Amino acid sequence: MRANVRQGWLAGVGLVALGAVAVAIVQAVLSDYLVTLICIVLIYVMLTVSLQVTNGLTGLFSLGHPAFMTIGAYVAAVLTYPAQRKSFMMPELPPWLATQQWDLLPALLVGAAAAMLSALIVGFCVLRLKGHYLAVATLGLIIIVRVVINNLDGYTRGGLGLSGVARLTDLWWVYAWTVLAVYVAWRIKHASLGRAMLAIRENEMAARCMGIDVFRTRLLAFVLGAFFAGIAGGLMVHLVTVITPGSYGIALAFNLVVMVVIGGTGSITGGILAAVAISLLGEALKPFEETVELYGLSQVLIALGLILILRLRPQGLFGSAEPVFLPHLRATPQVSSSS
Amino acid sequence: MSQYYLQQLINGLMLGSLYALVAIGFSMIYGIVRLINFAHGDVLMIGAFMTLALIAAGTPWLLVAPVVLLTGALAGITIERVVFRPIRGAPQVTGFIATLALSVMIENGGLMLLSPQPRNFLFPDLMRTRVPIGPATVALTDLVIIVTTLILVGVLMVIVRRSRLGIAMRATAENLAVARLMGIDVNRTIMAAFALGSALAAIAGLLWGGRFGQIDPLMGLAPGLKAFVACVIGGVGSIPGAMLGGYLLGLGEVLFVGLLPPEYAGYRDAFVFATLILVLLVLPNGLLGRSEEERA
Repeated sequence: MRANVRQGWLAGVGLVALGAVAVAIVQAVLSDYLVTLICIVLIYVMLTVSLQVTNGLTGLFSLGHPAFMTIGAYVAAVLTYPAQRKSFMMPELPPWLATQQWDLLPALLVGAAAAMLSALIVGFCVLRLKGHYLAVATLGLIIIVRVVINNLDGYTRGGLGLSGVARLTDLWWVYAWTVLAVYVAWRIKHASLGRAMLAIRENEMAARCMGIDVFRTRLLAFVLGAFFAGIAGGLMVHLVTVITPGSYGIALAFNLVVMVVIGGTGSITGGILAAVAISLLGEALKPFEETVELYGLSQVLIALGLILILRLRPQGLFGSAEPVFLPHLRATPQVSSSS
Repeated sequence: MSQYYLQQLINGLMLGSLYALVAIGFSMIYGIVRLINFAHGDVLMIGAFMTLALIAAGTPWLLVAPVVLLTGALAGITIERVVFRPIRGAPQVTGFIATLALSVMIENGGLMLLSPQPRNFLFPDLMRTRVPIGPATVALTDLVIIVTTLILVGVLMVIVRRSRLGIAMRATAENLAVARLMGIDVNRTIMAAFALGSALAAIAGLLWGGRFGQIDPLMGLAPGLKAFVACVIGGVGSIPGAMLGGYLLGLGEVLFVGLLPPEYAGYRDAFVFATLILVLLVLPNGLLGRSEEERA
């Protein structure tokens, strides 16, 4: 067993190093557009993997990721915004904040903390109840966040959106955070916490009888998802340099859920593959949509594909399992479950 | 000043009526299949566009309303047959995702086929005449909305309370398996619930368009979600609860905008959903609902 674990570590470190080499090559060789595209795909991977912990493993049905992204993005963007332009763009900022201009990392962390705080409040109110309440409460949260940012125009420029955010995110930042998200999700899944989450998903009553604190575990999964969503929002806004209150909305929430379901609820590998495939597909369909002038076509296709998958292969690509082509990465024996 | 409050009260009742119409369908469907129908708001959009098409074709107004009701019922039946029936008995999460996918499909299909530009939508001039009520004057539209809602809900209550179909519906909502053992055609009953609920949503679309003057393919989203909030306030699964919740939410929203200083008016939607989260914390079964455990 110990040898297995060490092997798993080695394989993991090897993969990460391999990825780092790939990042270095990609940044040196590919065009700016492609590097940005890869960054966006990796951010989607991060979002999907963190949603796999909340929705996939724990069986919650949160649609709140875009709300947490928006919170994380705005907080981080306000913190890193060039100090000399703040008085013009955000006249109502208190003076102690208006003179600040932070680096990316602390801004990201504060943004993510704000996202976690909002998740904590919503989760505390809703997570004791059955699943569908969380779905609608998180949809409501998306709208609350949008409305509040729209109205706080002295801090956020409201509906005009915030432009001219410094482009601080590069592929290294995105890669590092994605690796961290995958690592955390992987460790949770293969630890007792992950088993507890799966137990809650499969049978709440039975989990309770086994001594699992259902409410606490759910809250943990929800807040953890919000953390990575907040980070992802911060990374995204410092990549594309603009944000409006509606940038991350219900359509995004839906797309993320699609990635989780198609990858297989609870499968990290499946989530990664689905996130890469679907975000690239969406990007590829955009020019096509514009040439045939049928805006919304890609969303219709994705939704149709999802309904078909639910009918034909409801367990998604891999169910809750991690596929066998990475046997060395498995620290503990496979969790097999069928829902 | 009392004139101002009376005006606000009527506005609130009008908005509440629209929410109640959508919320009742929501609640009926939830009560019977235990699934949130995210596409329910989109039936409202379908109803509004159907009305627009009928008017453009020169249909007399007296004929428009029944056709819209029928369209809504057909939309509901289709939704049930194509999405809900195949996944009946699947885990709850599957149900959510499927209805969410359906909603995304209808909305984006609408964007694709109908163009995202909002369209003007006008009731005949007659509807805009103002009727004096006490010290205030009220647009005829608002009265029509309130009265239509009361009539439709009355008819629905009679169907649910008195007819064989209504009894079958309540039995199925209580316990699907046992209802089937009692010889109730469960499939037909569920279909009827979808048809009735969706017909109300479609007529709400007609009224909504007429009241606010513009319709677009995404118009169903906000009323759909707010109707859910109304359901939660009243107790999910209870028809009188949905109606009560609709009126409370409508009144609350109008009073929020009407009584607070104008700079808070923009927070209207945030107020609605914050209410949802608070109600879930304090009163998860709503005002007239029963606890989920009791119904299990």
